[in-house]
Amino acid sequence: MNRRARGAVLSGGLLALLLTWLVVYPIGIVAVDAVRGAQGFTLDGFRDFLARANEWQALWGSLWISFATVVMSACIGVPLAIFFTRYDFPGRRILAQLVALPAVLPPLVGVLSFLFLWGETGFAARLVQQVTGSIDPPWRLQGAGAILFVQAYSMYVYFYLFVRAGLRGIDASAYEAAESLGATRWRTFTKVVLPLLRPSLAGAALLVFLSALASFSAPYLFGGGFRVMTTQIVSTRLNGDDRLAMVETLALTAIALVGLVLVRWVDADGLIGGSKGAPPAARPIGSRRARALLSCVAWLVALFLLLPHATLLLVSLVPLGTWTNEALPPAYTLGNYVTLVSDPVRARPLLTSLWMAVAATIGAIAIGLGVGSLVVRHKVPTARLLEWLVALPWAVPGTVFAIALATAFSVHAPAALRFILVGTSIILPLAYLVRNLPLAGRALLAGYRRLDPSYEEAAASLGAGGARTMRRVVIPLLRSSLVAGATLAFVAGFGDFVTSVLLYTYDTRPISLEILGSLRSSDVGVAAAYGVVLMCVSAAVFLATSEREPGR
Amino acid sequence: MTPDTFLALDQLTRRFGDHLAVEALSLSLVRGEVLALLGPSGSGKTTALRLLAGFERPDSGRVLVENIDVTAVPASRRRFGMVFQHYALFPHLDVGQNVAFGLEAIGAPASDIRRRVSEALEQVDLTGLERRRIGELSGGQQQRVALARALAPEPRVLLLDEPLSNLDPTLRERTRRELREVIRRIGITTVLVTHEQDEAFELGDRVALLRSGRLEQLGTPAELYGRPATPFVAAFIGRASAVPVIVERGVTGVLRLRVPGGGFWTLTPEQETGREVDGPAVLYARPEALRFASGTDGAAQGVITSLRFAGASSLFGVRLAVGHEVEVAAPLGSAQVGESVGVLPSRRGQGGMHLFQGATR
Repeated sequence: MNRRARGAVLSGGLLALLLTWLVVYPIGIVAVDAVRGAQGFTLDGFRDFLARANEWQALWGSLWISFATVVMSACIGVPLAIFFTRYDFPGRRILAQLVALPAVLPPLVGVLSFLFLWGETGFAARLVQQVTGSIDPPWRLQGAGAILFVQAYSMYVYFYLFVRAGLRGIDASAYEAAESLGATRWRTFTKVVLPLLRPSLAGAALLVFLSALASFSAPYLFGGGFRVMTTQIVSTRLNGDDRLAMVETLALTAIALVGLVLVRWVDADGLIGGSKGAPPAARPIGSRRARALLSCVAWLVALFLLLPHATLLLVSLVPLGTWTNEALPPAYTLGNYVTLVSDPVRARPLLTSLWMAVAATIGAIAIGLGVGSLVVRHKVPTARLLEWLVALPWAVPGTVFAIALATAFSVHAPAALRFILVGTSIILPLAYLVRNLPLAGRALLAGYRRLDPSYEEAAASLGAGGARTMRRVVIPLLRSSLVAGATLAFVAGFGDFVTSVLLYTYDTRPISLEILGSLRSSDVGVAAAYGVVLMCVSAAVFLATSEREPGR
Repeated sequence: MTPDTFLALDQLTRRFGDHLAVEALSLSLVRGEVLALLGPSGSGKTTALRLLAGFERPDSGRVLVENIDVTAVPASRRRFGMVFQHYALFPHLDVGQNVAFGLEAIGAPASDIRRRVSEALEQVDLTGLERRRIGELSGGQQQRVALARALAPEPRVLLLDEPLSNLDPTLRERTRRELREVIRRIGITTVLVTHEQDEAFELGDRVALLRSGRLEQLGTPAELYGRPATPFVAAFIGRASAVPVIVERGVTGVLRLRVPGGGFWTLTPEQETGREVDGPAVLYARPEALRFASGTDGAAQGVITSLRFAGASSLFGVRLAVGHEVEVAAPLGSAQVGESVGVLPSRRGQGGMHLFQGATR
């Protein structure tokens, strides 16, 4: 083995160790601590867990609400995807993009905007009150129904995006073949299109299930008395019962992993569809009236789906204390935004979130590049382990990681590689980084796999060393993957709430916590303004980077 | 290895798992020589080229340049220029930046780089295209940019991996001539890999025919065609029909062959290669070395099964017996499909009949 190959194997080993320390070790410590009592091994935590009705309720609640979210999201996302792919009408392109927008918005922003639109003091409720003349709110946005409603409303996007991509991958000839064999349109759909869409549907279902299982913002704000595991963990932890919180954490992890395995197993023989060729063109609508009608329906649907975000914008313009019981706010101002920028106490979380998200993104991208190069190019012995380590945080709920990091890094034991990071400004960026690994890692692994190795060989044969090849050839050619990975990672870190709520300190409180604080002090306008900033930065980063594809 | 050997492969072996991609391959080139590595897919020719370039490490064996072992020298310091099958032009850089890449990597001064880039582009007839984007070039132009990029840092050896396979057939022939001219003009020692005989024959001073990772025969194009060393060479180079025969060697050096279809052919020493053959053998006959017989005297009897128009003469498929067919080159109209004919060795021909002892198909 020559020097370079040895170096790669060594780096592969070291990176695997680093990732194990970051990703697996903290969860391992939780598992060990959960069964460690004053007199050694104990199952008290588990006994406690199994004996309490509350825990069973939370477990069951998490499970059924996640399944129900999958079903409801599919019911919204799949028809939307088919509608926007198959039919052509004025405004189709822009609407198709708009409908996908919630994918890049932080969950907390979605929840917040729901509160303002569909909450008991939201626009819709006020409108009903105005019409009926009633003083009591017509409904309460609380409990399982509310959670389900909010989650389906925001997670349909996964089904929408996956199915759209899946439909694009089906060659026109598949439809034509079915038609020439005498199949009706319905038969073609059930016998040809649906089976070919199976990998997309399975992928979306898994993503929705895991997101719903890990969902914290919606149950936290709308749950009321309804228990799910994520909120249960946080409240147990706040009550000081650390061991029980650990057991709960393990239970939630187990469900997530079972879900992951289940979908992999169902979709084991992933279909290799006709990925080449071209999908059929969207069907233009002949009659002018039908076209106008269709266009109207599409706009209405998009409007309905985007209404919460528009509401957020509106609320952010309401001055403090001016809006009491009118249907629409009586006064508008930019004052809330001015407060964000001019009040040092308010401006600080913006900057804190910014630097933490940037640091976490840079870290995740650097690790992603290393993993991509070591796994795809050097095929180091630890390749499979590296890939697995990078993907794992995807399946593990954010609450679990927060608890795991809080447990692992609240002890000073350098020999066990444990340091006190909780309470420092390092812990949150580190948590974001771990959570961002799958996004950055997957983008860069895919980029590396698409990158023809002869580019690197060409650079070498022209006398360029490793660093020069990386800087002048690999990074420019991986640009779109780098940008995609970095964008998703940044947006996730910038708007993070789940891990932050467990790990923040006053000095590192991010935007999400400040939103919550403002909401608690009834400073609705400022909370909304933060939300709008989050929304705009996320959407801007996303749009700016998705348009500039390198010219071919 | 002769004293004036410039580039040598010495007993190179490369394994991929259980598969021997290249086995004990030894070749040597004098300065300025062009060697073509020819072979079917899976013959190990690309692996051999990648071993030369330094992209693969041999399990054993050495690569020598002017008698200095460069086996352990990484590709980036070997100073071998390479043109890739799909060119691997950097799509994010323009033509000039692509050509300058190697010059920058070896640290040439900026003023020098500009001059040498334009010189390199001039060499391949692309003067003034420095600012063009790669995506705006035609396939032929991309091929020439790839050549200019490889040549700009003045490498010691030029490696070409299927340099013309990405071009459409009409462009291929012209580009082949141009490529040949550039290589000759510069006089650079070159190794090229191809699966096309025409390409190997036109570009290579010598051709190394590889099969399953081993060198089957090394020689000039004429040697490979006229004196194939093995049945594989005879069958791979040009067209040849294989028929089992029984050889009876006469005292005068004249050979008599019993051929399927009741043939009894006489060959003069000039007509065949394979002097030592006697008894059961396999005959590889070129289509032009066979003719239709006017009489039946000694001719192998058969039926015409196919006819392929091929310019000056057509190729007739003749079935002599079940499972034994030969191809005969004759003017169009000499015979019809379905007609019974007799086949004899061509009278005018020299060579074109290759006998190999005992081997059966």
